[in-house]
Amino acid sequence: MIGALRHRGPDGFGFHLAPGVGLAHARLSIIDLVTGDQPIRNETGSVQVVFNGEIFNYEALRATLQLHGHCFYTASDTEVIVHAYEQYGLDFVDHLNGQFAIALWDADRRRLVLARDRAGIRPLLYAQTAEGLAFASEAKALFAGGVLAPRIDLLGVAEVATFWSCIAPRTPFIGVSALPPGSVAVLESGHLRVRRYWDWSFDIDPELAGPPDEAVERLRELFLDAVRLQLRADVPVGTYLSGGLDSSAVTAAAQRAGQPHLNTFSIAFQDREFDESPFQRQMASHLGTKHTSVAIPSAQIGEALPRALWHIESPLVRTAGIPLMLLADEVRRQGIKVVLTGEGADEVFGGYDIFKEARIRRFWGRQPRSTCRPALLGQLYGYVENSPTRMGRLTSVWFEQGITEPADPWFAHRLRWNTTQRALRLLSADARASVDRQHPLGQLMELAPRPEARWNALGRDQYVEASTLLPGYLLHAQGDRVAMAASIEGRFPFLDHRLIEFAGRMPPAWKLRGLEEKYLLRRAVRDWLPDAVSDRRKQPYRAPDAECFFQAGRPLDYVAEALSAGRLRDAGIFDVAAVDRLTAKCRIGAAIGFADNMAFLIVLTTQMLHDQYVRGSEVAVKGS
Amino acid sequence: MSSRKERVRGFITSMFFTDPGTVLGEDDSLLQLQIVDSTGFLELVGFLESEFGIKVDDEEMLPENLDTLACIDAFLERKLGAEAGR
Repeated sequence: MIGALRHRGPDGFGFHLAPGVGLAHARLSIIDLVTGDQPIRNETGSVQVVFNGEIFNYEALRATLQLHGHCFYTASDTEVIVHAYEQYGLDFVDHLNGQFAIALWDADRRRLVLARDRAGIRPLLYAQTAEGLAFASEAKALFAGGVLAPRIDLLGVAEVATFWSCIAPRTPFIGVSALPPGSVAVLESGHLRVRRYWDWSFDIDPELAGPPDEAVERLRELFLDAVRLQLRADVPVGTYLSGGLDSSAVTAAAQRAGQPHLNTFSIAFQDREFDESPFQRQMASHLGTKHTSVAIPSAQIGEALPRALWHIESPLVRTAGIPLMLLADEVRRQGIKVVLTGEGADEVFGGYDIFKEARIRRFWGRQPRSTCRPALLGQLYGYVENSPTRMGRLTSVWFEQGITEPADPWFAHRLRWNTTQRALRLLSADARASVDRQHPLGQLMELAPRPEARWNALGRDQYVEASTLLPGYLLHAQGDRVAMAASIEGRFPFLDHRLIEFAGRMPPAWKLRGLEEKYLLRRAVRDWLPDAVSDRRKQPYRAPDAECFFQAGRPLDYVAEALSAGRLRDAGIFDVAAVDRLTAKCRIGAAIGFADNMAFLIVLTTQMLHDQYVRGSEVAVKGS
Repeated sequence: MSSRKERVRGFITSMFFTDPGTVLGEDDSLLQLQIVDSTGFLELVGFLESEFGIKVDDEEMLPENLDTLACIDAFLERKLGAEAGR
């Protein structure tokens, strides 16, 4: 099993085998290169732990645990997990500030504990079979160990074709479950209990009312501390610089926290719709970092999809993770193992256009006959060449859907999910019936996480975003999996839970002020950045999609094979004629909207996932 | 039914997603049936302009001109008549 995860930990393997339990670990050594090999044990050896990730507050926690009499035999962050468990029992996770997937064996109680970090940064999958429970960071280890045979879960595919990813515990594979973010699972006497120990919350703190000046200071302090903690490593650390506010703020903070000579990395695209390199260069020059820009042509994205998909283990709606994998390759080539990024700021501080769109639609819903209110939509999605807001009254008719139901828990997201769900129309009749048997096809959105009705509207929208797209897609297909493909660890200071909780308690106007996003964050970091960056409006990171898979009007060889009538019939998931029509449209470059591009990606990557894992085809792993 | 209308219907059913077995009726709303989204209307307008040699002005991008096969056909009738009369 562990051999299948060598890319996650190429620096060595460790094992603990005892009656009834086996722990295995592939190490990417970052902290305590000398004595940090896992498993790590307590003083008597009765508690053993393997984990993937980092405990950023381990030095402070270690000091606290030593005061309680615990003895440490390594300098690693791993060892605090063992002693925190001894000290605090199953509440040990509450004391950890980090990004982690933990497996802990308590031999005295014959108890296995699995724990995952709050935001869902590190993956942790498990499968329960007649022989027992098996767990791993990636599903491929479960399959390699013969725990179960890979089979595509059609409801999982339908969830991807709605929410952009499965919602944990569901995964795209039957019988493989994901431990949800912020959860602990305990296996005792053959019985598995899963408990949520943390969740996003948006109850406003009345003490935070009034002018935000003090809060700006507090935010700056917290953010600098988060970055300082996350720079902790015994190997070189770099940052990703996208050209936007968030990664620029992380890089500037890292310099202030004692890393003046940082290596920074960014992606450049030929297509100006996606390229942000002028801002990246400006920021790198402003900060004086050693900057590497990796130009990624569309053809390279097409070539690299099979390798990326093997690592991601999920159908995709976007290609954007692939350039990030290629960037991680370059980071690794330069001898760097850890990168800090700006991921998470938009969820925590309200950065996305979908939050503004929802604000406008709610405002409009109070006066549905108004023509001025929907005109505000024209201010959104300016970064999209074929903007969905550029169609005058037709735009209004589209965005008008649901505006008179502001209490709908998924008010902001239904339109996005509607667009993605167009891909469901490509399912074969058998696949549709199969999904329908598991859950009514027309009610898939009911599977989404539900925010608390008492929260403010922006908080409700943030909750849905942070519970679906963030862990399922961004931290997975654009995060952990594509960085680990190159044995790189991503770190995300904006997802320090102290920052998340602080922002959750803020009045919504400190996040979205009118239609200005991330107001308080922008104020907190303004002095560190050039005006052109700190005043820049949000441009989400995107990459070219369907066009990457065609050259001179012909599909790449593996694309043609994956979408051939024979392979489509073999998998039985999609309707051959419908896929042919869509492929023809993409082939001539007529797929200009989100819906077509996403549907094409979903079909192609589901087929390839079937080929790579279910058929065991060797077609697709070339280049891995 | 006019061949003009069939050309439009053929474009819509081949270029946009419809549920299997769907027969697009003359008065079916493209928006309400979620066959065409707002970006899709850009594609539709592009098709009408190139296929029928017309130019669609911004102020003509209205549901009453573009949301059903019948509306589109009536809109084309007016546009082609007006342009022929110039």
